[in-house]
Amino acid sequence: MNVIEVKNLKKIYNSSEVKVNALNGIDLTIEQGEFTAIVGPSGSGKTTFLNMLGGLDSPTEGEIAIGGTDIQHLSSSELIDFRLRNIGFVFQAYNLIPVLTAIENVEFIMQMQGVSKPERLQRAKELLTQVGLGDRVNSRPSKLSGGQQQRVAVARALASKPKFVLADEPTANLDSKSTENLLDIMEELNRKENITFIFSTHDQRVVNKARRVITLEDGKIISDVQK
Amino acid sequence: MTTNMRLAWRNIWRNKRRTLITVASIFFGVLLSTFMTSMQEGTYSKMIDNVVGFYSGYIQVHHPEYWENKTIDYTFTPNDSLEQALKNNPSITSYVQRLESFTLMSYKTSTKGAALIGIDPEKENKMSNLSHWIEKGSYLKPGDDGIILAVNLAKNLGVDVGDTLVLISQGYHGATAAALFPVRGILKFPAPTMNSLGGYIDIQHAQNFFSVPGKYTSLVLMVNDYGKVNQIKHRLKAELGKQFEIMTWDEMDPVTKNMIDADRSGAYITKGILYTLVGFGIFGTIIMMMAERRKEMGIMVAIGMQKSRLSKILFYETTLLGFVGVLAGFAVSLPLVLYLVYHPIPITGEAAKAYEQFGFEAAMFFSAQWFVFARQLLIIFIITLTVYIYPLVKTLNLKLIKALHS
Repeated sequence: MNVIEVKNLKKIYNSSEVKVNALNGIDLTIEQGEFTAIVGPSGSGKTTFLNMLGGLDSPTEGEIAIGGTDIQHLSSSELIDFRLRNIGFVFQAYNLIPVLTAIENVEFIMQMQGVSKPERLQRAKELLTQVGLGDRVNSRPSKLSGGQQQRVAVARALASKPKFVLADEPTANLDSKSTENLLDIMEELNRKENITFIFSTHDQRVVNKARRVITLEDGKIISDVQK
Repeated sequence: MTTNMRLAWRNIWRNKRRTLITVASIFFGVLLSTFMTSMQEGTYSKMIDNVVGFYSGYIQVHHPEYWENKTIDYTFTPNDSLEQALKNNPSITSYVQRLESFTLMSYKTSTKGAALIGIDPEKENKMSNLSHWIEKGSYLKPGDDGIILAVNLAKNLGVDVGDTLVLISQGYHGATAAALFPVRGILKFPAPTMNSLGGYIDIQHAQNFFSVPGKYTSLVLMVNDYGKVNQIKHRLKAELGKQFEIMTWDEMDPVTKNMIDADRSGAYITKGILYTLVGFGIFGTIIMMMAERRKEMGIMVAIGMQKSRLSKILFYETTLLGFVGVLAGFAVSLPLVLYLVYHPIPITGEAAKAYEQFGFEAAMFFSAQWFVFARQLLIIFIITLTVYIYPLVKTLNLKLIKALHS
């Protein structure tokens, strides 16, 4: 089943008088349960592409359908709600809400979805246990290491039961042990629960784990390799 | 506590030092403004007490045409409905009757025009403490057939205690009024204008003199709270209709009223500056907070938080900042003001003498009326609402990608 369908995706930035073609006609399909890495040199369009897939930015041309919904026709408010219910985000700098504890960060997404308190508490605990933080549920982000914060971010991304998880350079700020640990967790979630993960990365360890590697250059896909 | 409120509460304490500085600025603003307002209102209240207690009372009841044309023809006899209306109003603590008109007072070769005020000596003394101002001789006894005179009038006429004055005037509907009144006492008031005003006689003798038995020119009312004066006036008007004229102290004494209003206006400017500084303190904190958390706000919107909810959290943060400051201000100002209400600050030295000369207690008085505190709450709320416009506009116009990359 296709989770994402992208057709002729273009993004042109008008910087002063110079036009920058960040994405230059991308066609792509991602299916349920994929563990995909998007790689490419800096400026190749990885982050722009991920922003488009996440509904954070709008394309200049082309179509993006997520689970059959054409997202560029949604209003700003509908798009926020769509992201809440369909897309999980993991950011390079973790970006947890600093004033909430680990469990509150995970629970917060479900609270926004209108899930009842007992249900969201139970799920938040389960998710934190799954990512190996069952004993740190009441810690605030400032009391957690980078690797632990990123695992909370993964739990938060999964809390809403999204169609897929977008991870923008998730291991860029982690040491090798934390990277290994995080990748193992995500790989396990992917294999056991069939959760779709899409990474943008420079990290060879992530590329090695990925089962599909898409390489971008100058806003175009130059290779798409299934392992 | 709702999630929004919890987030807001925790957010304002993220930078404790900055929040404490902002709260402190609100705290001092509230404290100073409450102290100032309380002192002002206490002073006004005392000033009004002195003015009304001295002569006019808080409210007067007249014949409908008396105030415009003060003649003895516009007297009235209190009827049952008036007496019932006064009795049934619990805010009216007491009232006295007066009969007042103009007379010519003569002694030997001197004649002066002056006011003649008929009073119930006992009731009047209870209300205005008139006997306190007797400089020479004695105060009137009930049914006394004598007169007490203001000191300058007595000097101009050349009379002293024990002398007899001839009074001539026009009585009711043109009747001739003439009688002899022995001088019982000389009054010396602190206000110079009062010392040339006239003389006081027993009210029954005044009614006989002016040929208006059982009639009065005014009923002078005292009330338990000067803040209720207008309310009492309207209630009396509603009950009595147009058969009487009801006037409040400020309508009869616009000079004092204007003086208080002018003083209030001056204080508004001072308090305005104070609250502008407080407002900029809160605004500064909000600007810094918005700048620091731009990316975080972007993340929240990215993961699915509606901008309306984000702006609601920021509203709570802004108002919580104000609320904490107001609460801290109240916690200190309330006991302080209450203490000062019961223990006015004494004035000493030359200033004290000046106060006492005018018959005023030499002290700074304070008021603990509800609006002294409620006004601060309202002002801080308005300030926070105004300041909130900034985060509201910023949030609703948040550019997601720019915020995420900030």
